[in-house]
Amino acid sequence: MKRFSVKTVVAIGIGAALFFVLGRFVSIPSGIPDTNISIQYGVLAFIAAVFGPIAGFLAGIIGHFFIDFSFGWGVWWSWVIASSIFGCIMGLATMKIDIDNGEFALKEIIIFNVSQIVAHLISWVGVAPALDILFYKEPANKVFIQGLTSAGINILATAVVGTLLCVAYAAARPKKDSLKEEQ
Amino acid sequence: MNNLFNYIDKESPVHRLTGATKFVCLLLWNFAAMYTYDTRYLCVMAVLSFVLFAVSKIKLKEVSFMLGFTAVFVLINNVLVYVFSPQHGTEIYGTCTYLFGLSGKYAPTAEQLFYHLNYFLKYLASIPSVILFVSTTNPSEFAASLNKLGVKYTVAYSVALALRYIPDVQKEYDEISKAQQARGIEMSKKAPLMKRIKSAASILIPLILSSMDRVEIVSNAMELRSFGKNKKRTWYMGRPFKWTDIAAMIFCAFLVIVAVFLNFKNNGRFFNPFI
Repeated sequence: MKRFSVKTVVAIGIGAALFFVLGRFVSIPSGIPDTNISIQYGVLAFIAAVFGPIAGFLAGIIGHFFIDFSFGWGVWWSWVIASSIFGCIMGLATMKIDIDNGEFALKEIIIFNVSQIVAHLISWVGVAPALDILFYKEPANKVFIQGLTSAGINILATAVVGTLLCVAYAAARPKKDSLKEEQ
Repeated sequence: MNNLFNYIDKESPVHRLTGATKFVCLLLWNFAAMYTYDTRYLCVMAVLSFVLFAVSKIKLKEVSFMLGFTAVFVLINNVLVYVFSPQHGTEIYGTCTYLFGLSGKYAPTAEQLFYHLNYFLKYLASIPSVILFVSTTNPSEFAASLNKLGVKYTVAYSVALALRYIPDVQKEYDEISKAQQARGIEMSKKAPLMKRIKSAASILIPLILSSMDRVEIVSNAMELRSFGKNKKRTWYMGRPFKWTDIAAMIFCAFLVIVAVFLNFKNNGRFFNPFI
């Protein structure tokens, strides 16, 4: 299931479409001016958990590229790359979780959330500011504070939205060994 | 859908280039503009991009809202840089020239203002090229042309699928969101933060579950048609390269070479008039 099949190709496409629509048109005010909650990362984490790291990576890169593309404010490569790295790490960290067979209990919820926190920190406090400094030579403290803010918001959104999605999806899937052969 | 991506259909030399060419040129152009901080070169690139606008027959009026977006964005970024690091220019250029007889942490220095000028020019050199790319590239043709650049066609097809399903997903989101709002779900500022995120999830769960069904249906349909069986495929929107495509790519590669050359000549990425 988690290898690169036709299903993965379609999942990347539709995952990127979901990422795009949620990032582009859905804005939930966070209380801080001009900062919206990016619920699309919850969805990206879910796609990565179900379809694996390649799907997470590509859905992140395509979805984010099209968001920047359609806003027309210039493609922000450093942040596009950070999004895709988040998807990739989430896919790798959740390789062992078998959501497709309805497996998502407390243990998996903890694995999922610990890895999403780590992945967000790597992407927004590590990768994005480093690339901003490399590409644009922006002052370090500015990009790190921006990174920390978005990491915080994204972690919160992924914790709620991502976890709920995984739980709901797992509940909708038939359990492994739920059917028994009659004697 | 073309509306969503601000594609403006016209007949011009820039429109006639293939999507692949324009994408490569965009990457090279942005790389050159990101790489160098040489003020003179950034000016040249900024002027060049406006020349390209004239060639492409895209009027500035047609993309004014995008330019407006960008202007606000650039302004916010400039203010943030100044607030967080008012001495950034001094760190880069190594000298410190106070202006207007003021001194102190937030006093304007010539170096800081020069840095901001460069920062602004950098956007002026790179953003118009992106806007030009967005408004002259047909999204479907773009997906088709990715394959030509050596991206695996399965991946290029994912891009095409994303473009195909964005309007569907958008419509579905709208429907579910209205239905849930009718049942009393609140996502605006009136509700507390956690409640807002939870209400978002109650829209997302039906959306995701139906999207997963869609993945199943589409991938079954594709598998039935033996998608992925052969090493190559053809594209309805694909176009062959012409000499203009090659020329455009060589020109953009040349821009990068100049940027790298200037890097050596200036001993670093900054052009420093203060020494």
